[in-house]
Amino acid sequence: MRSPGARQGSTRVETILQAVDLCKVYGNGTAANKFVNLTVRKGEILGLVGENGAGKSTLMKVVYGEEPPSSGTLLLDGKPVRFGSSRDAIAAGIGMVHQHFMLVPSLTLAENLVLGREPRKKSGMYDLDRAVRIAEELSAKYNLRIIPRARVVDVSVSMRQKLEILKTLYRGARILILDEPTSVLTPQETDELFSELKALRDKGQTIIFISHKLGEVFQICDRVTVMRDGVVIATHDIGDVDRQTISNEMVGREVRLTLDKEPASPGATALEVRNLSFVDDFGITMVDRVSFSLRKGEILGVVGVDGNGQSELVRILTGHARTLTGSIRKGGTDLTNASPRRIRKAGVAHVAEDRMTVGTALPASIADNLLADRYSEPAFTGPGGFLRRSAIQAEAAGIVKRFDIRCSSPNQPVASLSGGNMQKVVIGREFTAAADVLIVSQPTRGVDIGAIEFIHRTILSMRDEGKAILLVSSDLGEVLSLSDSLIVMHAGRIVAWFPDAGGVTDKELGLYMLGLKTQDETEIRKVLHE
Amino acid sequence: MSSGIEKRPPLGRLGLFFTNRDALEPALITLFAAVFSLLAGVGLIFLVSKEPVQSVRNFLLGPFLRTYNIYYMMIAMVPLTFTGLALCIIYQSKHMSLIVDSSFYIGAVTATAVGIHVALPAGWHPAFAMLAAGIVGGFIGLLPAILKIRWRANELVSSLMLNYVFYFFGSFLILYFLRDRNQTILSSLPFRKTFLLPRLIPNTQLHAGFIVAAVFVVLVSVFLYRTKWGYEIRMIGANQKFASYAGLSVSTVILYSHFVSGFLGGMGGAIEMAGLYKAFIWQMNPSYAWDGVIVAMLARKNPKFVPLSAFFLAYMRVGADFMSRRGDVAFEFITLLQGLIIMILASDKIVNYFKARRLQRTALARTVEARAAGAGGAE
Repeated sequence: MRSPGARQGSTRVETILQAVDLCKVYGNGTAANKFVNLTVRKGEILGLVGENGAGKSTLMKVVYGEEPPSSGTLLLDGKPVRFGSSRDAIAAGIGMVHQHFMLVPSLTLAENLVLGREPRKKSGMYDLDRAVRIAEELSAKYNLRIIPRARVVDVSVSMRQKLEILKTLYRGARILILDEPTSVLTPQETDELFSELKALRDKGQTIIFISHKLGEVFQICDRVTVMRDGVVIATHDIGDVDRQTISNEMVGREVRLTLDKEPASPGATALEVRNLSFVDDFGITMVDRVSFSLRKGEILGVVGVDGNGQSELVRILTGHARTLTGSIRKGGTDLTNASPRRIRKAGVAHVAEDRMTVGTALPASIADNLLADRYSEPAFTGPGGFLRRSAIQAEAAGIVKRFDIRCSSPNQPVASLSGGNMQKVVIGREFTAAADVLIVSQPTRGVDIGAIEFIHRTILSMRDEGKAILLVSSDLGEVLSLSDSLIVMHAGRIVAWFPDAGGVTDKELGLYMLGLKTQDETEIRKVLHE
Repeated sequence: MSSGIEKRPPLGRLGLFFTNRDALEPALITLFAAVFSLLAGVGLIFLVSKEPVQSVRNFLLGPFLRTYNIYYMMIAMVPLTFTGLALCIIYQSKHMSLIVDSSFYIGAVTATAVGIHVALPAGWHPAFAMLAAGIVGGFIGLLPAILKIRWRANELVSSLMLNYVFYFFGSFLILYFLRDRNQTILSSLPFRKTFLLPRLIPNTQLHAGFIVAAVFVVLVSVFLYRTKWGYEIRMIGANQKFASYAGLSVSTVILYSHFVSGFLGGMGGAIEMAGLYKAFIWQMNPSYAWDGVIVAMLARKNPKFVPLSAFFLAYMRVGADFMSRRGDVAFEFITLLQGLIIMILASDKIVNYFKARRLQRTALARTVEARAAGAGGAE
């Protein structure tokens, strides 16, 4: 059954890959896939959508041979297959491009391409020239432009991604799995990738496109399969379905896709950041003379392609990295290169970008995690250093209730929570801290839609309470909808300031994010509010 | 949406000690490690002994067949408890320092000096020695921590190396400053009478150090689980990056946890001197820290269980000793059994085996059930 809107391809629909009643249960008891049935047709782009933790990645790991299924079968060209490792899957013609690239940075693109299957001269020596020729031929054949003789470190993220795709094609992939391929790309690069993927499909390549961005799915997919909670909820031809239906299927209930937001009324400057610079271990300037002022009652968004200094800026502001120049002042207090402890004491809270390695202590209890920034206050530690256990329990229970952390008890380890609830532990602690400046980094990365809604509303209410909020996120939609004003970072510098985030378009931002456009100095200096 | 609370069958009387299966199962594995090593010991005896039945009887039951053996076990528990507690603190902070060996040894040397040269009334004398040995042991404990903080030197390596330094330093002090030159064997000058700890039961060696050890089990439990310092130690153990991010001063915590650990080691050394000896006569380092490693691992880093695991180790030791003196199996064979215990307990996969299998099974069963009930995914 194909709708009129769907792509008219070959008349006969041929199934290339099929999962039948696939179950995958991990050692920690997580049933990540429950009787999953998935059909992939030859020469289509199939979108696989679902919230984080819905089981998409697990399903693809099973398909790619990285995880053995607990039960169920996988059919390739109608024949059952069992992959012992991804090596078997590659041999069977399945290729995967991971979210994090697997490349050797110091080698050239051509060398990376042929790695593991190197062309050799008669003497048995490595044939670099032929590697380069292979790269050029493949690049031309599939219209994925790369520079074979350049080293990976020197090329852009989007070219690295093209290289990853070419790598799978070089190894003979007929089915290409792309895991969240656009998360590292600018809007322009995304468009380019999409036209290339469509061209690949028209050459007969089958593509599985994993994403949680619905807009992208509608842009390039022929069909879309929705997963939730380890189960396939539905599969649609893309012409037969709308965004709202799919979001509802992903979450399992009605979702409000828009955010009601009062205009901000910024007050006095709360955090004065001047001229910060940071050089990493490889001698690369990651933060380059960054200055801005963060005002009370305002959300200042920071956008940029990942890796353009946003993380380093946050690390400097929160005491986890040292700035070479400049200063950070909050009121009368100098916080330049202060310890995280002193910065917190001065009233700066921080939602860390990585909740698993920094934002929480996984084996410790929810209560221990929630109290980590305030356990030594007199309310929780009595004379002689003894903890006031009932006060601690009461405080933890209060935060659990207010931030809707779903758990059986505040004494259960954080490791046992879902990603969204783990993030609520971080948010709950930081947003109840005695702080008037909040540095919020990737607040909803890998969090389910229900929790995203909640976290966004909480951030807005914090602003309305008069707190100064710096919001750093690689989710452009999130920054645009939450922020009152925006700064754009490229190559460690602030290249633009927008006093009204509502008046900026994706396309315009993209130009600044890529460094193709820069505002003049006087315009950018206005973010100092002097 | 979020996974509900799993209904778990009641745990019966064990529930008093272990509030849930996550704690019970590792405890059972620990028990398994202990029993398995004893059985391996029995097997070993049958392999090497000419009179295996008698030897096994002496090994397993010997400790309880003679009253003096029961006292021996209690005496042996004292140093094991102190080094076990010291290592619980280090392990809770996820550090690996073994400097407690030096703290214990130099603690004994310090106590020797106090026992010989300081004049104090009975009672006060050993107490002062314990305090002095504790402080010296604490400062020794600080060394690997300082090297770690200042130069990121791995504390396991530096502590092992420092243990040699302190062993020879301690021997030097005894040889050159405290030696009794009228003795043919290596011995310090005799302790003053006031230094000796009172005996709990007359005509046995069971000394008041046993009570002190019991008190410290309680103190260390309270310290780790009821005070803010214990909280800090547990937090840097749970995730050091998180601790620093949340505003804890990680280096301060590393410093005082090593100090407290060294303090306990030093005290243990002093108590050993004041409890059992009339002069310092150790010809070599008794290396109680390594026994402390086994005790702390068997106790799963929880001071509450240290007496239990110290008892088990003491039981094995006294049994092996009793057997070796009455038969043809050497005492050293228990080092094999101790190695076995450590290997089992050091393997996360073995320790968590039942948990992983149970979780996997119930989850799969629940999935199948849900499917049968028609709640599975719809195409």
